[in-house]
Amino acid sequence: MALLKMKFTQQRRVRLAQGLWLLSWLAVMCGAFIFCLGVYLKTELLRRAEVMDNTEIHVVPNILMMVGLASIGTNWVASRVCQDSLDASRFPRWKVLLLAWFAVAALLCCLLIAVVVLSYALQGRLEESLKVGLRNGIRFYKDTDVPGRCFQKETIDHLQMEFRCCGNNNFKDWFEVQWVSNRYLDFTSKDVKDRIRSNVDGRFLLDGVPFSCCNPASPRPCLQYHLTDSRAHYNYEYQSEELNLYSRGCRQALIDYYMDLMNSTGPGVLSVILIQMSVLLSLRYLQTAVEGAMALENPEGESEGYLLEKDVKQTFEDCKAKVLDMLKLAQVDAAAAEVSPGAADAEKTVDNTTEKAASPTPAS
Amino acid sequence: MVVMKMKFPFQKRVKLAQGLWLLSWCATVAGATTFTLGCVLKTELRRRAEVMDNADVHIVPNTLMIVGLASLGINYFASKICQDALDAGRFPRWKNFLKPYFAASCFFTVLMLLAVIMSYAMKGSLESSLKIGLRNGIRFYKDTDTPGRCFQKQNIDRLQMEFQCCGNNDFRDWFEVQWISNRYLDFSSKEVKDRIKSNVDGRYLLDGVPFSCCNPSSPRPCIQYQLTNNSAHYNYDYQTEELNIYLRGCREALVNYYMGLMNTIGAGVLSIFILQGSVLVSLRFLQTAMEAVAGKENTEIETEGYLLEKSVKDTVMEYLNPVLKFLLLTNQVEEGATTSGATPAAT
Repeated sequence: MALLKMKFTQQRRVRLAQGLWLLSWLAVMCGAFIFCLGVYLKTELLRRAEVMDNTEIHVVPNILMMVGLASIGTNWVASRVCQDSLDASRFPRWKVLLLAWFAVAALLCCLLIAVVVLSYALQGRLEESLKVGLRNGIRFYKDTDVPGRCFQKETIDHLQMEFRCCGNNNFKDWFEVQWVSNRYLDFTSKDVKDRIRSNVDGRFLLDGVPFSCCNPASPRPCLQYHLTDSRAHYNYEYQSEELNLYSRGCRQALIDYYMDLMNSTGPGVLSVILIQMSVLLSLRYLQTAVEGAMALENPEGESEGYLLEKDVKQTFEDCKAKVLDMLKLAQVDAAAAEVSPGAADAEKTVDNTTEKAASPTPAS
Repeated sequence: MVVMKMKFPFQKRVKLAQGLWLLSWCATVAGATTFTLGCVLKTELRRRAEVMDNADVHIVPNTLMIVGLASLGINYFASKICQDALDAGRFPRWKNFLKPYFAASCFFTVLMLLAVIMSYAMKGSLESSLKIGLRNGIRFYKDTDTPGRCFQKQNIDRLQMEFQCCGNNDFRDWFEVQWISNRYLDFSSKEVKDRIKSNVDGRYLLDGVPFSCCNPSSPRPCIQYQLTNNSAHYNYDYQTEELNIYLRGCREALVNYYMGLMNTIGAGVLSIFILQGSVLVSLRFLQTAMEAVAGKENTEIETEGYLLEKSVKDTVMEYLNPVLKFLLLTNQVEEGATTSGATPAAT
């Protein structure tokens, strides 16, 4: 009992082939779109690579790029198949390839769904990575003379100005590190000596932030130093001052930015999944309908198209049986070293197995 | 004396019509591109409208937009005409339309060239407009509580950060204005009182710049205040310090930016001008070649095409004569009226 059987007259088969040809070229465009999306996301992640500790989040754009390229090839093959489908002499050569094609197309759909899930699931990892990366960036801010770290200052400054954020969690992170290099500290001055003696590690800590934390929207010129001392500045109250510096932390700003980016690509990816699924189903119908028509006495007569030859449960049972058979045969092969009968059987079962293995996937 | 005569056998006419049809569609796309370029330039100029004193330079994008729209119409008609050109029955209906069409097309094509020339010529006007606009911006930097000026500070800060520049000519412009509002000055402090007494207008001047002048590429944390005082900062020399704040003035930065933009757009528009010119020249040849065929029995004869029937001077006079006659006629009537008015007065 076939699954989702439909009748196909010659006219309908022709229309299906033409429609599928257009749809598969649309799917090629969608594949290119997915690839470009992956490239864009990867570029954006690479731009801020200096404040990220690990590259686990890169699996999302990597998968997108791979799937995009694979889907361009796959859908191009689909368009060739349906160009040949109405020609009885050229269609049979695609028979074996179609089984592999269905498997690949189903795999691509699964990968795209996995990408959407991963983009939400990896948020925690991204946050961890940014936390460590930003902490290091703030710690090495002053090391503009150390090779390998000399651009940290510029990177952190540009980051804070572009994303309108300050520090890791907030601006108080700058109070806990020495961000002024020793080269610019006058060690004979009393203030410097006091500050260095005030903590165990001998660091020059101060309640000030770099200029890149300054908020241009503030009505008063930026106050960078002596932030916790309300008496150090005229008409200044530390607790109630809101506009002077950016109040958001850079970790939060970057997470928001990347999550927005990935969320906005979500609907696009979902629609590409739908298009790919419809190409897959249409091609299966076309294949079965054309094969049915070729088996008839009058090739232009009505034939039946279906998704699966038997129903889901039976197909699954058949598939399992064939796989077990193949495994058993393989064991017998290894034990008895009888290559020829085993190879002939194995070839037949491989054909049937791949066919049955390909067919349940659209239904599942 | 005909200008640029060329022989056109039948095959050549057919090829000309086909080529011109393709060319006119390319030119339509080019016209749309011109319009888009005009819009882009206008948007970029409007974004920085607060630091520009006048809008004289807007004539360049306005002209580009007008020319772009006009060229869409011109090329649409060009394609229609050359579609009908090879059909002897349908071509004559365009006869009366073609003379004003060519006049209008030449006008708009010349306007396109003028737009490119203007984009270079307007540099001086843009520079003086920016000079005044930036000077005002720096003067009103502190007025964050005055309605109408409360966003000057934010604009100037963001401008200096984005274009990596400081002040009008350079950072010393900030030394000459009070850029800290009186609301944040402690008038009981000795330092403030000294500074205010040090100049005639009673302004709080200091040798410091806002934070937006700071250069992130500097290896040391930004020094904003007491810039001219070497002893105020450790290991600091005012004369040799280069990376601390941006040394470039914002006027120069903005002029360079807009000139770069207009040069790129100018190059594109120049090539579109050449395309448009070739469309018009080809259409003229096609028109004159087809007019010679009209009325003949054998439409496949060889004809001659030309650009102008008479020489350039004669054609110009031919077009201008009606206009001059109209103007001179009105003048003559006026002169006649004054003389007839004067004679009764004399008698």
